Amino acid sequence: MTEASIPASAAIAATSRYDVRGLIRRTHGLLVPGILVIIWEAVVRAGWVSAHLLPPPSELVTTLADLAGNGTLIGHIGVSSLRVLIGFCIGAGLAVAVGAAVGLSRRTEALLDPTFQALRAIPSLAWVPLLLLWLGIDEAPKITLIAIGAFFPVYLNFVAGIQNVDRKLVEVGGIYGLTGYRLIARIFLPAALPNLFTGLRTGLSLSWMFLVAAELIAATRGLGYLLTDGRETGRADLVIVAIIVLALLGKTSDSLLRWLEDRLLGWRDVHDSGPS
Amino acid sequence: MSHDLLDLAVTAKDFQSLSVIKNVRFGIDPGEIVSLVGPSGCGKSTLLRIIAGLDTSYRGNVRINGKPPHLHSRDVGLIFQEPRLLPWLTVAENVAFELGRKGRHDPYVTQLLAEVGLGDFATAYPKQLSGGMAQRVAIARGLFSQPALLLLDEPFSAVDAFTRRRLQDLLLSVAGHHGTTLLLVTHDVSEAVYLSDRVIALAERPGRISGQVIVDAERPRDRRNPTLVRREAEVLTLLNDGTNGFFDLSYDLASAPRPWHATRLSSLNFAV
Repeated sequence: MTEASIPASAAIAATSRYDVRGLIRRTHGLLVPGILVIIWEAVVRAGWVSAHLLPPPSELVTTLADLAGNGTLIGHIGVSSLRVLIGFCIGAGLAVAVGAAVGLSRRTEALLDPTFQALRAIPSLAWVPLLLLWLGIDEAPKITLIAIGAFFPVYLNFVAGIQNVDRKLVEVGGIYGLTGYRLIARIFLPAALPNLFTGLRTGLSLSWMFLVAAELIAATRGLGYLLTDGRETGRADLVIVAIIVLALLGKTSDSLLRWLEDRLLGWRDVHDSGPS
Repeated sequence: MSHDLLDLAVTAKDFQSLSVIKNVRFGIDPGEIVSLVGPSGCGKSTLLRIIAGLDTSYRGNVRINGKPPHLHSRDVGLIFQEPRLLPWLTVAENVAFELGRKGRHDPYVTQLLAEVGLGDFATAYPKQLSGGMAQRVAIARGLFSQPALLLLDEPFSAVDAFTRRRLQDLLLSVAGHHGTTLLLVTHDVSEAVYLSDRVIALAERPGRISGQVIVDAERPRDRRNPTLVRREAEVLTLLNDGTNGFFDLSYDLASAPRPWHATRLSSLNFAV
C-alpha cells in the first residue's frame, strides 16, 4: 500500500508544481490537428489552393455558426440521430433475439445459421435498390437499411459469446438447479455480455455508415442530405461541416456505449492500460 | 451395512465401452470426514459427480438421507477443483448465488465470509482475489445452502503448499462448526490422512475399492503426529496393490531397444 501511494502522491505534487507542463501533456493530442488547421488556413489565404474547393477553417466556422443559428443544423442532426436510433434499436434487438435462439440451441443453429451466413455475404448496400422498390423513398427503407447494418455484427458477436461460455460455469448453474430461462438469464447472458458489447459498438458505427448511404440516395433532411446539397450547390464548406458533425456524432454515440460497457463490465479481468 | 447419511452402491459405470467403475460400495455417517484417494482414472471424481446428481448414467443404488441424488439437492453441496466463481458477481453475490441477486444482503453471507476470513471482501469482484481467497469464497458458497454432505473434488490442488495447509485447517474448523459431513476426493495422501476419519483407497481400470484405513488420531491433529505417518504408509501400501514397492521402470527400460545408435560414417555405402 505504502509503495503504491508514493509514486501517486509524487505525481500529484508534480502536476500542481508544473501546471503548464501537465496541461501540455494532457492536450498534446490536439497538437497535430492544431498545426494542420493553421497550415490549412495559411495555404488557402495565400491563394495556393482555391477557397472554393477547400474552404479555410475560418469560413467553416462561419458556415457552422450560420447553420446552427437558423436552426437547420439541429434539425438535420435530430432527423439523422433519430433514424440511427430507431434503425439501430430494431436491428440490434432482432439480432439479440435471433442470436440467443441460435447460440443456445444446436437445432435452431442448424436451422437458421446457414441462412444468416448467406445473407451476411451480401454487401449491405446491394439491398438499397430492392428496399427502394419495396418500401418507397420514405423513412421505411432508410431505417430498414440501418437495421440491416446493425444486425449482423451484433448477431455474430452475440452467438460467438454464447457459444464460448465456459462449460464449468454452466455446470455451476446446473448444481444450483438452474435450467431453461433461469440458466440463460443468470449464466449465459452475463457471460456473453462482453461479446454483445463488442457487437453493439461495431453495429452502431455501421449504423452511421448506412445512415449516410441511405440519406445520400434519397432524403430531404438529415446530414446525408446536407452532403448531397453541398455537392449539388457546389458548396464544399457544407460538405466538410456535415462530415465533421457526423464524426462528432459517431464518436459521441460510441462513447455513450463505451461508458455503459465500462459500468456493466467492470468485473472483467482484462489488461488495463490505465488512464492515458 | 447401513449408513445414515450416504449409502452408495455403484455396480457399474461405463464410459462408452470402457468400464470406469465396478462394484464400489461405501457409506458415510453424519459428521464423518471421508476421503477417496487413488490414481487418475480410478473414477473418484465420477463418484462425486454421481452423488452430486451431475451424472445419472450408472447402474446401482445411491441414497442420500434415503433419497436418490438429484441436482440442487438441499442435502448436498459441491466444491470444485477450481473456485468456479462467476466473474460478474461480487463475492457476496457468489456466496449467495442460490438466492439470486437479492441474497447478497443475507446476514448468513456476512457470517460465512467472516468465518473464511474475507469479511472485508463482500463487494469485491473475483478478479481482485488470489487463488486461495477465491477458493475460500467457494467454500463459503458450498456451505451457504447448509448441506448435510459437502463434496470436495480436489479442492486444494490448484494452490501452493502453504496456502493448502491453511485452507485445510480452515475447512476443518468451518465444517466442524456447522456439523457438515465431508466427502473429499484428493491425489494427496497426506492431505487425505490429515483431514479424514476414514480414507478409502481406490484402484484403477476399472475403478474399485482396494481397501480403507481408519485414521484414529485425536483432533485437533498435529501434522507431525506419528499415527498420521503410519496411517499414511498404510494408505500408500493399499495404493501400491499391497506391496511397499515403488513404481519401477528400470527393467522395462533396460530390455527396450535403444532409441538411437551412433553411426560410423565408414559403415555407410554411398554407391548408387
